[in-house]
Amino acid sequence: MSDVGISSIAGYLPRLRLSKKTVAQANSWIAPNLMGKGKGTRSMANWDEDSVTMSVEAIRRVLGKDDDRSHVDSLYFASTTMPFIDRLNSGIIRAALTLEEETECIDISSTLKSGTTALIQALDKVKSGSSSYSIVSASDKRKARSASAQELDFGDGAVAIAVDSKDLIAKYINSSSLSIDFIDHFRQPNEEFDYNWEERWIRDEGYLKIVPKAIEELFSKANISGSDIDHFILPSVFPRVDQMIAKKCGINPENVVDNLALSTGDTGSAHSLLMFASILEKANPGDKILISSFGGGSDVILFEVTDNIKNFKPEQTIESLINNGVEENNYMKYLTFNDLVKWEKGMRGEQDRKTALTTLYRHNDAIMGLVGGKCTKTGTIQYPASPISVSPNSPDLNTQEPYKFAEKKAKILSWSADYLSFSVNPPNHYGVVDFEEGGRIMVDFTDVEKGDIDSGMDVKMVFRVKIVDEIRGFTRYFWKAIPV
Amino acid sequence: MATGIRDKVAILGMGCSKFGERWDASPEDLMVESYVEAMEDAGIEPNQLDAAWFSHHIDDIGAGKGGTPMSIALRLPNIAVTRVENYCASGSEAFRGAVYAVAAGAADIAIAVGMEKLKDTGFGGLSPTNYGTLTPQIGPSGSAPGNFAQLASAYRAKHGVSAEDLKRAIAHVSVKSHANGAKNPKAHLQKEVTEEQVLNAPMIAEPLGLFDCCGVSDGAAAAIVTTPEIAKSLGKDNIISVKALQLAVSNGLENQHNSWDGSYFHTVRVAAKKAYAEANITKPREQVSMMEVHDCFSVTELVTMEDLFISEEGNAVKDVMDGFYDADGKVPCQIDGGLKCFGHPIGASGLRMLYEMYLQLQGRAGERQLKNPSIGLTHNLGGQPANNVCSIAIIGALDS
Repeated sequence: MSDVGISSIAGYLPRLRLSKKTVAQANSWIAPNLMGKGKGTRSMANWDEDSVTMSVEAIRRVLGKDDDRSHVDSLYFASTTMPFIDRLNSGIIRAALTLEEETECIDISSTLKSGTTALIQALDKVKSGSSSYSIVSASDKRKARSASAQELDFGDGAVAIAVDSKDLIAKYINSSSLSIDFIDHFRQPNEEFDYNWEERWIRDEGYLKIVPKAIEELFSKANISGSDIDHFILPSVFPRVDQMIAKKCGINPENVVDNLALSTGDTGSAHSLLMFASILEKANPGDKILISSFGGGSDVILFEVTDNIKNFKPEQTIESLINNGVEENNYMKYLTFNDLVKWEKGMRGEQDRKTALTTLYRHNDAIMGLVGGKCTKTGTIQYPASPISVSPNSPDLNTQEPYKFAEKKAKILSWSADYLSFSVNPPNHYGVVDFEEGGRIMVDFTDVEKGDIDSGMDVKMVFRVKIVDEIRGFTRYFWKAIPV
Repeated sequence: MATGIRDKVAILGMGCSKFGERWDASPEDLMVESYVEAMEDAGIEPNQLDAAWFSHHIDDIGAGKGGTPMSIALRLPNIAVTRVENYCASGSEAFRGAVYAVAAGAADIAIAVGMEKLKDTGFGGLSPTNYGTLTPQIGPSGSAPGNFAQLASAYRAKHGVSAEDLKRAIAHVSVKSHANGAKNPKAHLQKEVTEEQVLNAPMIAEPLGLFDCCGVSDGAAAAIVTTPEIAKSLGKDNIISVKALQLAVSNGLENQHNSWDGSYFHTVRVAAKKAYAEANITKPREQVSMMEVHDCFSVTELVTMEDLFISEEGNAVKDVMDGFYDADGKVPCQIDGGLKCFGHPIGASGLRMLYEMYLQLQGRAGERQLKNPSIGLTHNLGGQPANNVCSIAIIGALDS
């Protein structure tokens, strides 16, 4: 049987990094005990990002810019913060990425180890031959109460992995998985926030007993010991728990992978795999990487880095993502983006944002996948496609073939920064962008601040939340432009 | 080959309500105010009206849909009333309907009334508009100023104008309109402003500040039209006739085709060429005496000066700063204060523009009367730069 493993991996972090010092200081009057956590930053999603949009961005980095994505035959999406409880979230991702309808889409949720669980599932699927190329993406944007420890511990982010049987950068060796109803925290549907039990109990009875048990089981199956492990991954918000477990399992504590607590924070379901991405950037052929996760039990997965790692040059490394973040010192902005304060939205915020689901489905490729048309007679590229081409003096009917815009570069033709229309992040930037091969769209700009854009600037498209219909509880997605 | 509308229809009478924040007035009150003035001006009785057109944009918060709001408000004698809507150019659309009915011989006398009651919406600016089910899913969640403001960025990029120079030129546009509006007792805003005030006003949509945006007003305007022969038979002299009426509508090219550069109005250029041809105007910069253009935003007026072929392309900033369009300039523009100061009750605006041109041509414009104008042009735009309708009317003395 041929090897299986991963052929590519990429992370996605939102642009902003919330300064933990700012948060701790703002809350010091009510939560002075949190001042000790006021160091470093945590990644902070824009208001128009959620676990689905962040996954789309991570997966795009794995798949590259090719229009042909027909080789993706299965897609696993793992998160504890899926935007929909009943609507296939991985199906939203499939539509955004214009994957084939035949791509098997699977949501894996309800536990912070969902990311590693999804990876094990995909590895097994490819190993069994029922999928030849599977995408696993894990993502979380967890809400936490203001002035809570979680607010400072959590971060927003996503990761995507290509599970494959060729061109492997890391070969899958073995895994073990424990399912234990140990309730360190919980959250029922309709609840915004976790309920947490005492930290010492979680650490001593949870992490320190459950994770080593899963590791020992894997060591036994793979016939190795802790001294064989070159990199040990365990996300935990409790200091030194990873070191303590490493020691307990015979792993050199120096081989514990940095959990990014001071830069991204804990990105939930994504975090084990995000740390995996970060260490792969530095790993050498032959290195053994042990990934573990905790939540409703524990998953442990062992990989061995291959020679191909030398040729693995991701466009954006985790290190560069971290370094390119923009520090945010406005705690109120964080609270507003995450709907943690009751803020005045004005009359323009009252507008009914009902989405016609019939229209959304009729134009699914155009809206979700940003697919327009290219006229077979004139070559004119346009968005959206139409029965009669927009080319002047070309009245032929139905001449257009599907044309994908999402991966094409564009330039700003015209723009404005609008303080009048409703926006969660005013001023509301939008304008016309012209695409490199032709076609134009008037779009919203996102991840920009006042003074960031001008006519002639290069932009690229990103998949984001367009509006949230608070009356009906519906998130509408579309594409926006960001400066390159 | 169509012969066009030139001199086939005369304006028999016009009326216009006071524009502004008419907290006291209902939609019916506003319609009646403009109607009574127009009927007195025309000197006719209601039973002489053959057909009516009613323009009104925001149906849900204004007077309601259909022709009944106008028929009931004016107690019309069960004649045809057609409600028309074409964004902010709705008023010109009502006028076009009435004029065409007379020109066709289907009506001897027809009336057009435009009305909007914006100050019952609760919004400081325009209330958001419904654009169907697809556009909200793919278009930006913007506003009118944000859409029109984009002209500035594209115009600057195309003509190499600095942000400061453009901001100053559009400020002058507003300063001029405020000076004109101060002489108009029916205007919404009747105070002069300084360039400094305009430049330092709160930002609405870059680079448009508060004074770059027109008034959001209640109001109504009315026109009664007939044939020149009937006008004469009713004892009228000093007859003002319609010289041209053109409407050009975007077909998606600006929004979807890379040939448009975002700095001008494609439809205005199309409509202007046709209107000048219809009115037999060959040198607009010399022959047009005065204009009322759709200055919803100061930058709209600036680029429109080029699109109407009055300023050469790239030269509007210079002409504006030279005072070419001021009250004492070569082609006074917005002599009544324009949308900027007279106000912009959407369904009424096209008719309000014609009202001023009509008064000026008849020498009845009071303190703001220009010296011997012969040709007046109105430019009424609906939509936004990338997707709009443009209505142009030219009127002048019959047989001039």
